[in-house]
Amino acid sequence: MATINEEQVRHVAHLARLAVTDGEVKQFTEQLEKILEFAEQLNELDTTGVEPTTHVLDLKNVLRKDEVKPSLPRSEVERLAPDWEDGQVRVPAVFE
Amino acid sequence: MSLFEHGVKKLHTLVKDGEVKVSELVKESFDRIDKVDGKIGAFLALNEDAFEQAKRMDDLAKSEGNPLFGLPVGVKDNIVTKGMTTTCGSQFLSNFVPAHDATVVERLHEAGAVTIGKLNMDEFAMGSSNENSSFKPVRNPWNTKHVPGGSSGGSAAAVAAGEVLFSLGSDTGGSIRQPAAYCGVVGMKPTYGLVSRFGLVAFASSLDQIGPLTRTVEDNAYVLSAIAGHCDMDSTSANVEPTDYTKALTGDIKGLKIAVPKEYFGEGVTEGVKENIRAAIAKLESLGATVDEVSLPHSKYALATYYLLASSEASANLARFDGIRYGVRAEAENLEDVFKLSRAQGFGDEVKRRIMLGTYALSSGYYDAYYKKAQQARTLIKKDFDDVLSKYDVIVGPTAPSPAFALGAQIDDPVTMYVNDILTIPINLAGVPAISVPAGLVDGLPVGLQIIGKHFDEATILRAAHAFELATGGFQLPKL
Repeated sequence: MATINEEQVRHVAHLARLAVTDGEVKQFTEQLEKILEFAEQLNELDTTGVEPTTHVLDLKNVLRKDEVKPSLPRSEVERLAPDWEDGQVRVPAVFE
Repeated sequence: MSLFEHGVKKLHTLVKDGEVKVSELVKESFDRIDKVDGKIGAFLALNEDAFEQAKRMDDLAKSEGNPLFGLPVGVKDNIVTKGMTTTCGSQFLSNFVPAHDATVVERLHEAGAVTIGKLNMDEFAMGSSNENSSFKPVRNPWNTKHVPGGSSGGSAAAVAAGEVLFSLGSDTGGSIRQPAAYCGVVGMKPTYGLVSRFGLVAFASSLDQIGPLTRTVEDNAYVLSAIAGHCDMDSTSANVEPTDYTKALTGDIKGLKIAVPKEYFGEGVTEGVKENIRAAIAKLESLGATVDEVSLPHSKYALATYYLLASSEASANLARFDGIRYGVRAEAENLEDVFKLSRAQGFGDEVKRRIMLGTYALSSGYYDAYYKKAQQARTLIKKDFDDVLSKYDVIVGPTAPSPAFALGAQIDDPVTMYVNDILTIPINLAGVPAISVPAGLVDGLPVGLQIIGKHFDEATILRAAHAFELATGGFQLPKL
């Protein structure tokens, strides 16, 4: 069963914010089709009325006091960013 | 003779009595790395301050009660270390030097362990052979033509080769246990929530756990005792009391109820592995355990379930690598192209493939068919474990279907590669703990026995693994 085509792969790459070459589109289409075919076997399972797992342990809401604690110093964060100016991360213009 | 042959307990006495200095232990690590790591490739970075730290610690050793004081540890490179690069095996983070330590690293440092360096891995922990490292492959110390397993390949190989006494790895679908099996060391994936994930670069947050890789089960119990327990920075970490897991190591497993799933001896599991594991089970029986065959009927669906869920979670988690706050930044005219090109340049093939798969499985129109269906399958897989573990103490089988394969043998076909994790993946889906312990050699390569337990019952699987180790001789250092 054909599950995914090149157009869908390009769309998914856009959703994932991943630039892809024509060669990659071809490769991912073939590979994802193979993986999705493999995943089709889950359709053999009758899951009517089965709750999806959201957490493996019965966790309750975890609450804590809303207290101010020290966070990372700005100088450290600045060091990590590829482009930094006047206390802010610099990026290309968002609006023309 | 290597000082590491002593293990944690004896080394602690030697350090405390002043017979072995911390700086000698650190030197032992660095000398061994100098000698063998060119062949193994386990390390991506070394801690340049380790000697200075060790010298300062030499004078304090006498009054030190912590068993890990002065002992050399290697840390998988997806666990953040303040001031030391943390690359996740990815070009994307090749220059990333974190501003803080992960909780596990903090706890080991408080215990006095000395970080020797950062360990190679499959990029973002996605892989079963360590061939997906952006930097270099790791080689198996038992046979350097073979892979060490993955994704914690560097963590397993470094312990097996005697470069560190112990290491930390992470396990999302088998990434501690499978390399431990391939390299002949002991590797523990704790119960989901036992160990804090704060500072572990997230792959699949509902499956990821950090755990120790060691030469012996006893050493594993010491390290687990140091890193386990609640952490305020990880709200999924469980509220468990600090536990000394070494107390569980009685050597006595009389009456232990063992379940052996028939599905773990099915198609794809090699004859050599089956033989060794059957012999191991017979050994456990001879020590007084009872053994019954059981069924985990949904095992065959675990692999598909895992790849859909883990990839979906990864596609969300790896969205943070956008080229803005850290890592690679591609030059581009507009912001969207900065994201797209930074990610295209920074990520390797397997990471892109899984981001694509996960994005597709979560996308509008496919969510119910793939993601939700897989979450329902997960419920059924988990129930298999609940049912069996309500009647038995542990579940036992092989860790991996074969011993380590040759480098390059499986890299072209993702589905074939994924099958290496078929016996470890269901455990992560169920959130239960499991340990891999060496169970002999096939054609000169190690085989791992996997012992699976109830939620938060690490004590019982350690006790069983320890009794097995005592009866079979335990760690062997490969000839390098």
